[in-house]
Amino acid sequence: MLPMLTAIAIIVDGLGFSAWLFLSSVGLTLIYGVMRILNIAHGGFYALGAYSAAWSIGLYSQTGSTIALTFLLIPVAALVAGVVSGLLIERGILRFMYGKDEILMVLVTYAIFLVLEDVTKLIWGTDSYVAYQPAFYFGSIDVLGIPYTVYRFIVIGVAAVVGAALWWALNYTRSGKLLMVVIEDREVSASLGINVTLFFTVTFVVGAVLGAFGGAVAAPEISVTPGIGAEIIVLAFAVIVIGGMGSVGGAMIGAIIVGFARAFSVHVYPPAELFSIYLVMAVVLAFRPYGLFALAEGRKI
Amino acid sequence: MNNLDRTELGFIAALPLLIACGLLLPQWIVNYIHVSLGTGLVALGVMVQMRAGLVSFGQGLYFCIGGYAAGLAGRLWGLSDFFLLIALGIAAGLVVSFLLGFLLRRYRRIFYAMLSLAVSMILFGLLSSSEELGSTDGFNLPATSYLGWLPGQSVSGDVLYVATCIPTVICAILLHRFLRSPMGYVGEALRENEIRIEYLGMSARKAVHIIYVIAAVVSSIGGVLWAMALGHIDPEMTNWVTSAQFVFIAILSGIGNVAAPLFGTLLLEFIRVYAVEIAPDSWHIIVGSVMLLIIVFLPRGLWSLVSSNNGLKNKFTHRVKAASEPEGARS
Repeated sequence: MLPMLTAIAIIVDGLGFSAWLFLSSVGLTLIYGVMRILNIAHGGFYALGAYSAAWSIGLYSQTGSTIALTFLLIPVAALVAGVVSGLLIERGILRFMYGKDEILMVLVTYAIFLVLEDVTKLIWGTDSYVAYQPAFYFGSIDVLGIPYTVYRFIVIGVAAVVGAALWWALNYTRSGKLLMVVIEDREVSASLGINVTLFFTVTFVVGAVLGAFGGAVAAPEISVTPGIGAEIIVLAFAVIVIGGMGSVGGAMIGAIIVGFARAFSVHVYPPAELFSIYLVMAVVLAFRPYGLFALAEGRKI
Repeated sequence: MNNLDRTELGFIAALPLLIACGLLLPQWIVNYIHVSLGTGLVALGVMVQMRAGLVSFGQGLYFCIGGYAAGLAGRLWGLSDFFLLIALGIAAGLVVSFLLGFLLRRYRRIFYAMLSLAVSMILFGLLSSSEELGSTDGFNLPATSYLGWLPGQSVSGDVLYVATCIPTVICAILLHRFLRSPMGYVGEALRENEIRIEYLGMSARKAVHIIYVIAAVVSSIGGVLWAMALGHIDPEMTNWVTSAQFVFIAILSGIGNVAAPLFGTLLLEFIRVYAVEIAPDSWHIIVGSVMLLIIVFLPRGLWSLVSSNNGLKNKFTHRVKAASEPEGARS
């Protein structure tokens, strides 16, 4: 049996990882569900969010004002980064590609991802950014003698709130219900008078903002360096594949599974960290080939 | 030997030319050609799968398996024989892909892309955390020998170059043969409509499995050749970013002919050299924009510019027309 202390550490870390993974991958699954685009550029949004948050926190804390306001900077940075980049990409590139093959869209978004990588480098250089101030602002609390920053618990709460808000927006608002119709059948909803193009644009921007938000929230806890986008995208893929691509609830379950798998291996056998994630994924897919909550797909003859 | 077609004759003619290039051109150019012969074979593996509509975002897995098979044989048993290492690379790629094929053949399209990516990242995770294998730094390979003959320092590079050209050309010709064989055409049908294949009594899964294994073996050979050329291997070989580059090459060069990815690799290698020199921080912007432009304006890749009948689709319609029209009606 695991010692009590390790078990507690796995649970708290697992929840922390899960929250971070959910925030980073829910935008990906949303975009896939509505637009059927597997958006590799999501890693680019994550990096943009992380950089803009870390950079603005760094600038702000130089002024010596109270750190409390940096908690406002994080969502604002994500919002600005996500809206600007999301709108530019959707209106500038993607809208000309709608209706193309799904796999071709993967390549298109991969190309966009490459461009975003260098744009990030051109704006913020190749140095790493550290914006630890918000993470330590509330101090830390001890869980059975292990100190954890309060920030981490806030992130867990934020992830739960974001998940609940999305669920509510999709199921209980007018636009959410219309969006469900668009997901179900694009052509029928267009002929019923739903502005599908507008829904696509809004969905893509929301997805981009969520991706940037994942990065912005993570920024105080990590060192923001080039390449974080490429790292997060493989983890986010694992999360949404396990959960079933296109399902928000699935992304939550997937994030919890991956988060705990990672926390478990970090505390029990650290070298298997990356391996454990994909092992879990392989096991899930062996039983449910398209993930736990896959969207139904018709056979085309 | 009468049944050689134009592409095969071209390859046979290209071999002495390629070797002559190696002996005449300046060393730094030869180095790039040498390295891109290895990576070119991996791109060829991606292209073979793309013919069947399968995009692998994890072909680096077999590139890496080939490289590490050769590297480990040198590290553990002191093996450095060219032929033995290639055989080992083929064996490793064959075994792994045969087993993984049972999983991957169930998937298509983006699921195939993501699962192949996931599998390659498993190896990446394992290799970068194993300290005995130098974790992320990798390790070096011993100098290559040939059936017990170890060439001197001054000629070893040239010998290895010539030795690399030959298997590359052989692989390309064999793959070309495969693509024109009944199985190769099943692959193309797979891309068009899988269910119809099943109605015709073929097993689509079996076909995917066969194509997957063939692509894997070619990529492993590429990995062995690349590792010997560079003398060093590291886990980056199986990072998804590396695999995505192979996909990029296949898109850039097109899937019309087996020669396309080989030329495409070489072209990209040279563009990279100059781009990194002129604009070191915007290399990915160039690559990304070129990729977008190719996808939009040249969906069948650069090869469609040089091929006389504009790639696969037209070739096919030509043939259908030729078959349905009376003799002599074609001008």
